[in-house]
Amino acid sequence: MLSAQGLVKRFGGITATNNVTLNLCRGARHALIGPNGAGKTTLINLLTGVLDPTEGRIMLDGHDITTMAPHQRVKRGMVRTFQINQLFDTLTPLQTLALTVSQYYGYGLQWWRPLGGNRDVTERCDQLLEQFHLSEVMNQPTHELAYGKRRLLEIAIALACEPRVLLLDEPVAGVPAGEREELLHTVAALPADVSVLLIEHDMDLVFNFAKRMTVMVNGAVLIEGDPDTIANDPQVKAVYLGTGEEVGPADEITGAEAHRV
Amino acid sequence: MKQSAQASLLRSSRLKLWEPAFWLIAMASPWLLSSQALIINEIAIVALFAISLDMILGYTGIVSLGHAAFLGMGAYSAALFAKLVMPDPLVGLLFAMFVSSLLGAICSLMILRGSDLTRLMVTLAMSLILMELANKLDWLTGGTDGLQGVVMGPLLGRFEFDLWGKTAASYSLSVTLLLFIQMRRLVNSPFGATLMAIRDNRLRAMAIGIPVNLRLATIYIFSAGIAGAAGALLAQTSAFASLDVFAFDRSADILLILVIGGAGWLYGGITGAIVFKLMQDILSSITPQYWTFWVGLFLVILVLAGRERLIRPWTWFGGTSHK
Amino acid sequence: MLTILFDGIAYGMLLFILAVGLAVTMGLMNFINLAHGAFAMLGGYITVLLMQRFDVPFLLCLPAAFIGMALLGAALERTLYRPMYKKSHLDQVLFSIGLTFMAVAGMTYFMSSSQQIIQLPEWLKGRTELGEGAWTLGMGHYRIFIIVVCAALTLGLQYVLARTCFGSCLRASVDDQRVAAGLGINVNLVFLATFSVGSGLAGLGGAMGAEVLGLDPSFPLKYMIYFLIVVAVGGTSSLTGPLLAALLLGIADVAGKYYIPKMGAFIVYSLMIMILIWRPQGLFVRKGGK
Repeated sequence: MLSAQGLVKRFGGITATNNVTLNLCRGARHALIGPNGAGKTTLINLLTGVLDPTEGRIMLDGHDITTMAPHQRVKRGMVRTFQINQLFDTLTPLQTLALTVSQYYGYGLQWWRPLGGNRDVTERCDQLLEQFHLSEVMNQPTHELAYGKRRLLEIAIALACEPRVLLLDEPVAGVPAGEREELLHTVAALPADVSVLLIEHDMDLVFNFAKRMTVMVNGAVLIEGDPDTIANDPQVKAVYLGTGEEVGPADEITGAEAHRV
Repeated sequence: MKQSAQASLLRSSRLKLWEPAFWLIAMASPWLLSSQALIINEIAIVALFAISLDMILGYTGIVSLGHAAFLGMGAYSAALFAKLVMPDPLVGLLFAMFVSSLLGAICSLMILRGSDLTRLMVTLAMSLILMELANKLDWLTGGTDGLQGVVMGPLLGRFEFDLWGKTAASYSLSVTLLLFIQMRRLVNSPFGATLMAIRDNRLRAMAIGIPVNLRLATIYIFSAGIAGAAGALLAQTSAFASLDVFAFDRSADILLILVIGGAGWLYGGITGAIVFKLMQDILSSITPQYWTFWVGLFLVILVLAGRERLIRPWTWFGGTSHK
Repeated sequence: MLTILFDGIAYGMLLFILAVGLAVTMGLMNFINLAHGAFAMLGGYITVLLMQRFDVPFLLCLPAAFIGMALLGAALERTLYRPMYKKSHLDQVLFSIGLTFMAVAGMTYFMSSSQQIIQLPEWLKGRTELGEGAWTLGMGHYRIFIIVVCAALTLGLQYVLARTCFGSCLRASVDDQRVAAGLGINVNLVFLATFSVGSGLAGLGGAMGAEVLGLDPSFPLKYMIYFLIVVAVGGTSSLTGPLLAALLLGIADVAGKYYIPKMGAFIVYSLMIMILIWRPQGLFVRKGGK
């Protein structure tokens, strides 16, 4: 579905991304982990077109998208969320979703009908607001919302584009414990044929979610494999997970995190 | 009681009761206040010009110091059209809008790249270049003396432009209303919403599939056309066009109007225009040459105190103001 | 032709001194200060007043203009400008336009709107000619003076920036304000000092330039675009960028007005537009810089 081959990104003397290859099949549940500064967000920026790669290719559904502009990649079904919320602060969640859905359905250039004038758009908005528990706050300007709601909106916007490949950049970062459940539930409930790449530091979430994992360190891929292999790999433990007890889906991770390099 | 998405959205874009009332009074004002017809004409023109800037500034977030380029282009196009081709005002208006939009298309290439500062520069330079151009091509434009000898034909074949300005005011008001209706539609539409998305967060707008540069160019061209219409009205109702129509003052004036009335709100341009013109009238009669001083002082105080506060008087004395 | 080059260089160096404060302010505080030209104008007027009313010799007026404008700049930075740093660019533009309007109108009120004439001291009048024919280099003495003073100032600025403690604090703050503050650098003081010196230099430039550029209340508005060009094209991350941009601008303007007088200011504006389209961040920005 999505394939990045030999991606390299250099900024002057710094190689932020060093020969990274990543493959997502249809319906993938793929996690990307690694210490801070490993280049995970840079990789997402390369995949989505925010940055141009120095070398390498990106294929989406068989098409070479390496030189495609970001908005065109979205049209082809690759959508991302941001680690730091990127929202439209003066607009309400309803307006935000309505404009996203309108754009997706092709009404982006319609200047003569009101925003609420397309039935298919408004119905989809009702659906999304319901799904993300944003209905009560749908008419409040985004800058007034609580952090947890803003995070939900962040993801809702991405899903409003009906992605075929979804890149989630630390979706639960900074979300209070009480509101995590909502988010985790939504992530788990994503349609089965959507390919998801998840960047996260919360190992609970990662091991519960992922069927395959890639570990990145210093801009390069250290290892790729299924969760069990990764969890027990000595190199990964040394670099990231920590050399405490064995790490797995049901385990406490606090001890391991304390040893993290 | 939960409202559906459709109901909420439509409610905010629905025509408010006071809107038709306002426009009825506005359209009738040249007759109700016939001694003020001239200033009503000026208010309508500057309001239209201000709203054209609001399209790119308030709704899309493009900072421009040179919108007068389009005002001037429209003015000179309309005046030259009347003088050299045909004196019909409406055809001239359409021609002027077309020419300004063309200029807008050319300029849009330059405002897409670079920072706010680059944009300020380029937009300012455009209006200065045009002023120089108009100055140098004095065989066509009359140079510093202005374009003389423009005689307008009757509007719609029947209504002559009279000395008291009633026809002029009605003409300007009608054109302003017509264009306003289009712009009102636009800002409440999906297209308008994408513009606001670009304004609020360009990165995210790109990330949801909005072709940002195309949209920026589109609204810029549209805004240029509207500004050109304002310029055409100016030239046609005064039967004259001069270099000061490109001057920086014009661009600064509408910035001030949007500051007074509130940017990002169509009626902001209108209320700002009314207040501005009336203030200008009053202050000019008190201190004719130094009116710019008070404008400057007003701007400084306003910005220091916080622009949002002007349109929310309850925040003037220590209330909370939302960003 | 050599004379044109010479005049262009003089003009360019003058523009640099006038605009350097603006460039540093913009790079340091991310503040678009369109009122910078007003400081230059006031510097010019101080010189005129001192010479005409108090018979102060020209050479003494120059430091007076510098000091006066530096003090004014410091006062304004502390009171008016500081709250403006956090505001949006639009707000800053409106604010500085407002100040400019006030300055222009104020000067018209106090000094009348006519051009001010500066009487240069005898030893600065006159011209020296070298070479002959097409290669004549005609150097007006005043222009030599300008070049010398501006070159000295430039070298001084470069020295301060590169060699002194303050210079490194300044460069650190330009690169990353938060980190600089975190290192214990008193960023507020850096801002104050920088703005003050920048305004002082503008005042000095205005005083020196009154003879060459003309001095009347509309000076800030007339020359605003030139300063902005220097900053936009030269970038805000170094001294050499604006210097080269100013020289380019000076030479282009003088040459343009001489060889193709019909086009006049066009050349400059069109050149600027072309450069900015080609390199929106400016011509001389180092890679990775702001």
